[in-house]
Amino acid sequence: MSLLSRSKTNLVDMLIVLFITVVSLTCLVPFLYMIALSFSSNNAIISQKVSLWPVEFTLETYKTILSDNDMIYTLGYTIVLTILFTACCMFLTICAAYPLTKKRLMGRNFMLTAMVFTMYFSGGLIPSYILVKNLDMMNTMSSLILPGALSVFNMIILKTFFSSLPESLEEAAAIDGCNEWGILVKVVLPLSMPSIATLSLFYAVDRWNGFQDALFYITDKNLYPMQLKLYQIITANQQLDSQQGEGSMGAFIVPESLKAASVMFATVPILLVYPKLQKYFVDGVMTGAIKG
Amino acid sequence: MIILKAVLGSDSQRIKIRRTNRIVQNLKRDYLLYALLLLPMAYIAIFKYAPIYGVLMAFQDYNIFQGISGSEWVGLDVFQFIFQQDSFYRALKNTLILNLLDLAAGFPAPIILAILLNELRFTRFKKLTQTVLYLPHFLSWVIIGGMVYLMFSSGGMANTILSGIGLGKMEFLSDKTNWLIMYVAVGIWQSAGWGTILYLAAMIGINKDLYEAADIDGSSRLRKIWHITLPGIKPTIIILLILQIGRMVSIGFDRPFVMGNSLVSDYSDVISTYVYRIGIGSGDFSQATAVGLFQSVVGLIFLLSANYIAKKIGEQGIW
Repeated sequence: MSLLSRSKTNLVDMLIVLFITVVSLTCLVPFLYMIALSFSSNNAIISQKVSLWPVEFTLETYKTILSDNDMIYTLGYTIVLTILFTACCMFLTICAAYPLTKKRLMGRNFMLTAMVFTMYFSGGLIPSYILVKNLDMMNTMSSLILPGALSVFNMIILKTFFSSLPESLEEAAAIDGCNEWGILVKVVLPLSMPSIATLSLFYAVDRWNGFQDALFYITDKNLYPMQLKLYQIITANQQLDSQQGEGSMGAFIVPESLKAASVMFATVPILLVYPKLQKYFVDGVMTGAIKG
Repeated sequence: MIILKAVLGSDSQRIKIRRTNRIVQNLKRDYLLYALLLLPMAYIAIFKYAPIYGVLMAFQDYNIFQGISGSEWVGLDVFQFIFQQDSFYRALKNTLILNLLDLAAGFPAPIILAILLNELRFTRFKKLTQTVLYLPHFLSWVIIGGMVYLMFSSGGMANTILSGIGLGKMEFLSDKTNWLIMYVAVGIWQSAGWGTILYLAAMIGINKDLYEAADIDGSSRLRKIWHITLPGIKPTIIILLILQIGRMVSIGFDRPFVMGNSLVSDYSDVISTYVYRIGIGSGDFSQATAVGLFQSVVGLIFLLSANYIAKKIGEQGIW
């Protein structure tokens, strides 16, 4: 009897393993296909011979991308943009979160309410667009940095973390003659490095993956971040098709292999930091959830 | 009487003076903290509240050169106009349909996946698959859209396989119904793995004794899931359900914009892409703002109602 029930559970176990394996594979197959496409010749792709491994292996596509100064420039530009954005965001987030942990602060509730309200109600896309236009920020790097430079949600996560630090440490520093800024820099921040790292990654991933604001505010090709550049490459033929009829402008058509290689080019930076990213993100989601 | 009044008057005056003194003292004591708040509050005022002031455009015949102060007020004319537009109703309908499909198919997916992951007994395998399953969450919609396009367009891998096994080609992205299925499926693909995290965390919190007691009673696996695991994660399910229902009328921009194409715009044109098209595309700022305001207000009502109902049925709300 017990033997029977054990073998039965094992069968269920195997089914679960099988199901999870299949689901996991669906997360990997697209990447394998992108890699296969990017290493295949265009002839093989057009005649539909390519599935999960390269056909008529070639490095031409990657040579094209890596010799294209545009792509390298966009990569460098997006990295700089992401770093600036993250620094700016963290500065504002820390500046807001620390004072708001102090219950004695006058007007604290008013300021908190004013901030939280914006999480649930916003002016919408167009008023923000007009604002950026009126501030003369169209086609500047600042239009990709300032409008999203503080996430109230992240600020609350950091505030919750600051509040969890023992008060006695701050009091001790105050007795030693530290003022509030000193306490923040010398006591609170060094103790909060894991949270700060997590939130920085939140911001950095948002900026790296951000597309909408760039589409709205940037028309100058030199200021395209990676995602907008990638979008242009992927939709290049579709636009040409509708404008000039298929095939008439052979030279301008972006082959599928180049599109796949561009997708990989934009994905690899994420994959490189993914192991670290995953750990910090999972921690961060937990912190955010406990607050909620 | 007069004396009494004088005493009362001076009293309230004294209280007033004391209060101002306290305010000044507080400001003096905490000026460093206020200095820190200066930039964040300026940011909130400029980039969050100025656009909220900007919604006044919805009640004007807005002219970008004259601004809000110089443009002509037209009352509710703009709203009357957009409520007569078929394209507005199409965008609204599509937003609701896509969100409902996401709710119906996309909401249970991470719960089921989390339960299965929780049932896994091989820790290493579990860790490895979790790493793989979380990955799509970190990809931008442009990357995902690109991969979907390359895989499912007429010359992509999906059709290569279909014609390879003798089935004809399928129009995954240009047929409207197929596109809807693709939209929902890709949404699940992107978010289901990541969505398991909160459920898995809630499952860790379930008392192990309950499972042991059930084992002793000879309960089957399914019964344990039904009577222990699911009730254990019920609060998490309800909160996430409220949040998702609260977002019923709001929809992100990237996913429908990147996945949509002109052949399926009857289904893929949603409020956010509609606002983009009439506002930034055609320059009808008043109309686009009015649509956006409509969405914000209805969205807020949805969220408040969902929260209210959750509290009424005895669950913890989001506030």
